[in-house]
Amino acid sequence: MTGKSDVKLLVDGKRLDGRAPLELRPIEMKVDVVSRADGSAMVKFGNTIAIATAYGPRPLYPKHLQENRSGILRCRYNMAPFSTTDRKSPGPDRRSIELSKVIRLALEPAIFLEEFPKATIDVFVEIVQADGSTRVTAINAASLALATAGVPMRDLVTACSVGKINNTLILDLTGIEDNNSECDMAFAMMPGKEKVTLLQMDGLLTEEEIKNLIKIAKDACLKIYEMQKKAIKEKFK
Amino acid sequence: MNMDEYVLEMIENGKRMDGRKFEEFRKIEIVPNVIKNAEGSALVKFGETQVIVGVKLELGEPFEDTPNEGILVVNAEFSPLASPDFEAGPPGEDAIELARVVDRGIRSSRTIKMEELCIEPGKKVWCVYVDIHIINHKGNLLDVSALASLVALLNTKIPKIEGEKILRGEFEKNLPIQFKPINVSVCKIKDKFLIDPLLEEEEVIEARLSVCVREDGKICAIQKQDSGTLTLEEIEKMIKIAVEKSKEIRELI
Repeated sequence: MTGKSDVKLLVDGKRLDGRAPLELRPIEMKVDVVSRADGSAMVKFGNTIAIATAYGPRPLYPKHLQENRSGILRCRYNMAPFSTTDRKSPGPDRRSIELSKVIRLALEPAIFLEEFPKATIDVFVEIVQADGSTRVTAINAASLALATAGVPMRDLVTACSVGKINNTLILDLTGIEDNNSECDMAFAMMPGKEKVTLLQMDGLLTEEEIKNLIKIAKDACLKIYEMQKKAIKEKFK
Repeated sequence: MNMDEYVLEMIENGKRMDGRKFEEFRKIEIVPNVIKNAEGSALVKFGETQVIVGVKLELGEPFEDTPNEGILVVNAEFSPLASPDFEAGPPGEDAIELARVVDRGIRSSRTIKMEELCIEPGKKVWCVYVDIHIINHKGNLLDVSALASLVALLNTKIPKIEGEKILRGEFEKNLPIQFKPINVSVCKIKDKFLIDPLLEEEEVIEARLSVCVREDGKICAIQKQDSGTLTLEEIEKMIKIAVEKSKEIRELI
C-alpha cells in the first residue's frame, strides 16, 4: 500500500531482472508431464512454475451435483507450502479460493461443456514455485492440460499479467514487482476469438491507462498463444 | 416460457422486469449508524436487496512490512436468512470473492489514512474489521455491500484507549477517511449493458464487470465476473458506464 513505492524497481528503463518494461520473462511450456492424468502441462514464467492436470469428462458424484443440460467445470488452484519464501501453510486460504473461482470462470467459456451433461471436467493447478503472476501462469498451464486431455474447446485460453511500477506500464510482473506495484492486472483471453475471459485489477489508474494496459496484455497473449500451440504440437511429433 | 426466457425476451425488447431503464438504479436507501455496539455501521438497500455492514475496531500488532500502518480486514457473511440458496457454514467462494473485491476497492483507493491508525510503530495499531452481512438477496450484492461498507467507514469513530484497554462507547476522533470509492457492476446480456441487476436478471447475465471508481475519476479495482466473455470494446464501454453512474451514487452519501 503506501510507503512501499520507495523500492526502486526501474533503473535506466531496466527492471531488476534486466528486462525492458514490456518484455516477457523466459517462458517454458511442456505437455504430458503427469502420465496418470488425462491431460497435463507445466508452464514456467521465469521463476514461477505451475503444473496443471485435467481429468474428464467423467461422471459427477454425488448425483445431486449433476447438471442435466451441461457438464460442469471444477477448478482448484493451490500453492505448495514450499513455493514461497516464507512457508505457506498448506490447504486453501481465502486467496486461493477466490483464484480457483476466477480461473474456472476464465476457462469455462472455452469448453464445450454443453456436450457433456451430468459430467464433470476437473482441473488442478499446483504452483510449485512462486515469483509473481501465478494465477495467469496457472491459466496457461490449465488450458494446455485441458487441450491435451482431448477436451473439446473453442480455443485455448491464454493469460498474462500487466501493471505499473515507478509510473511505467509493465508486462509480466515478478513477485517483488507485484508486491510493490502501483497497480496490477490479471488478464486472460481466447486469442483466436479476441474474447476476454478474465480481468482483475487493483491499483490506481485512469481510463486511458487501463485501455493501454489491456492492449499490452492482448499483444503479449498473442505471443504466448503461439508458444502454447507449439507445446501441443511437440506432443505429436 | 420459463423465467429466464421471459427475462431475456424483455431485455431484448429494451425492457426490464421492474420497468427500469438499463442504466437506472433501483431506489437506493442509506441508513447510517444502525448498530449501537459497532464503531461504525450502515444499512443500505437497493430496492429489496439489503445489506448491513458493521465496523469494529480492535488493537493489534501491525504487519512486518507496514509497521506504521493500521490493518484492514473485510469479511462477508452470506447468511441463510437472506436467501434459500445460501447455506450455513464457513464462507463459500462467492462470499470470499465479494469480500476480497470490496477490500481491494477500499485498499487501493486509499480510502482510509492507514498511517494515522498507528499507535506505537511496529507494536500497536488499530485493526479495522469491516463485516458485511447480507440480509436480503435480490441481486447486485457487490455494489450494495461496497456502498454499505463505505458509509459504515464514513461514520466510524475511534474509541479512547487506556493502556491496553479500549473504552468502548467513548470516542477520540473519527476514522480518517480521504476518498469515497464507489463500486458499479455493469452487466452484459447479448448486445445490451445494464446496471443494478435483479436476481432474475443475474440468472441470464453473460458477463459482468465490477468497477470501483474514486471521486477523481481514477479506477481503483476491476473484477470481471460470471462465465461469459467480453471484447476489448465492450470493456471500455462498460468502464465508461461505471464511471458515469458512480457519480449518481456518490451524490447520495
